[in-house]
Amino acid sequence: MDNKVYVIGRDSVPQYLRLEAGEELSMTLVVPPATDTRLVLEVDLAGPGASLDLAGLYLCPDAEQVDIRVLVRHDVPGCVSRQLFKGIVGGKARVSFDGLIYVAQDAQKTEAYQENHTLLLSDTARVESRPQLEIYADDVKCSHGATTGYLNPDELFYLRSRGIPEAEARQLQMIAFLAPVLRRLPEPLSEELYGRLS
Amino acid sequence: MNKDVLLEIHDLHASVDGKEILKGVDLTIRRGEVHAVMGPNGAGKSTLGSVLAGRPTFEVTGGSVLYEGRDLLALSPEERSWAGLFLSFQYPVEIPGVSITNFMKAAVTARRKAKGLPELTPAEYIKLLKEKMNLVQMKGEFARREVNVGFSGGEKKRCEIFQMAVLEPTLSILDETDSGLDVDALRIVAEGVNRLRTPETASIVITHYQRLLDYIVPDIVHVLKDGRIVRTGGRELVDLIEKQGYEGIDG
Repeated sequence: MDNKVYVIGRDSVPQYLRLEAGEELSMTLVVPPATDTRLVLEVDLAGPGASLDLAGLYLCPDAEQVDIRVLVRHDVPGCVSRQLFKGIVGGKARVSFDGLIYVAQDAQKTEAYQENHTLLLSDTARVESRPQLEIYADDVKCSHGATTGYLNPDELFYLRSRGIPEAEARQLQMIAFLAPVLRRLPEPLSEELYGRLS
Repeated sequence: MNKDVLLEIHDLHASVDGKEILKGVDLTIRRGEVHAVMGPNGAGKSTLGSVLAGRPTFEVTGGSVLYEGRDLLALSPEERSWAGLFLSFQYPVEIPGVSITNFMKAAVTARRKAKGLPELTPAEYIKLLKEKMNLVQMKGEFARREVNVGFSGGEKKRCEIFQMAVLEPTLSILDETDSGLDVDALRIVAEGVNRLRTPETASIVITHYQRLLDYIVPDIVHVLKDGRIVRTGGRELVDLIEKQGYEGIDG
């Protein structure tokens, strides 16, 4: 399955997508540093057997204001949606994430998952994560999860004790944290983002 | 100062969260020596290893540590590594998303840079990894695994010795390297350590039990109790501890 990558500020991002029966969509949204944005995306799984694989990455090390709203609608039976949003927030940046999964009464055998994980680099950065499930069908598999945390100091010491300088060790930790989403990007873009993490 | 002296610890005090753990440790290590630091749980053995490696959780509240004549405590953990110090962790840390290959490449590259050496070519680097993996009997796929993620206890310790082999330290500190190892893994780890011994290097083997010391034979044995070294002797001290336990051993 092709993975479509959209870089906010460079590419125009669709606000609404409708997936028909059996249609599969894989897409990745990237919010690079120094980008203020309000990103709104609605995806309708409108035909049986449709599947959505959505990932997002936000890098907000400074004073960015990023607002992400995602609505995934399961209107018919037997569709699958997976979402993974990961980001790094530092300085005085503000990020809010609203993710709603809506499962209609008829949408039995739905599988819908959403995760949102953020790494905070400073005490002054703010993240608000609101994953929500609205489910009217009774035979579904759905889950959501959100975490916010800091770089692990034990990992950092382990890396430094092997001679990896502190700044580089932190960068390695960040790359590792973002790896599941970074892997989806073309190499020049992920290399560019590595560089901007230092 | 004698150039054979590698490490000189004088009246070292260290605390964590305001609680004093090391209460005046004195220890001198010469090149070519293997020292065992033994002692009951909670004596401060691991703290000693951590303080020498520069773990930020511990605060050094007094004393001095000279390493090759330099003030070790003034160096960052990475600078200590570049200077040739290596700590094999009691609990090696998992780093999801980072492969052994990339982890060691970052470590080797940083060290060579600090020493003004050119970067290894990819072919040279792969050769180095393979050679060191052989030393601890690790197979090819090991290098692609994420650092310590899903490793058994034995694999974690072998991975520590593998890293030690790659970094070729002058002073290696093995913190409870025997804990959680079966006899086969213990033998592999000990053989690796023994093969890395040279007349120029030294080791501190921290352990609760005598078991590891059957394989890595120490020249000098110290007993650490309640934050102080209470007794120093030769190999016979290990046997004495084995017979009497730590209860009867005092300065």
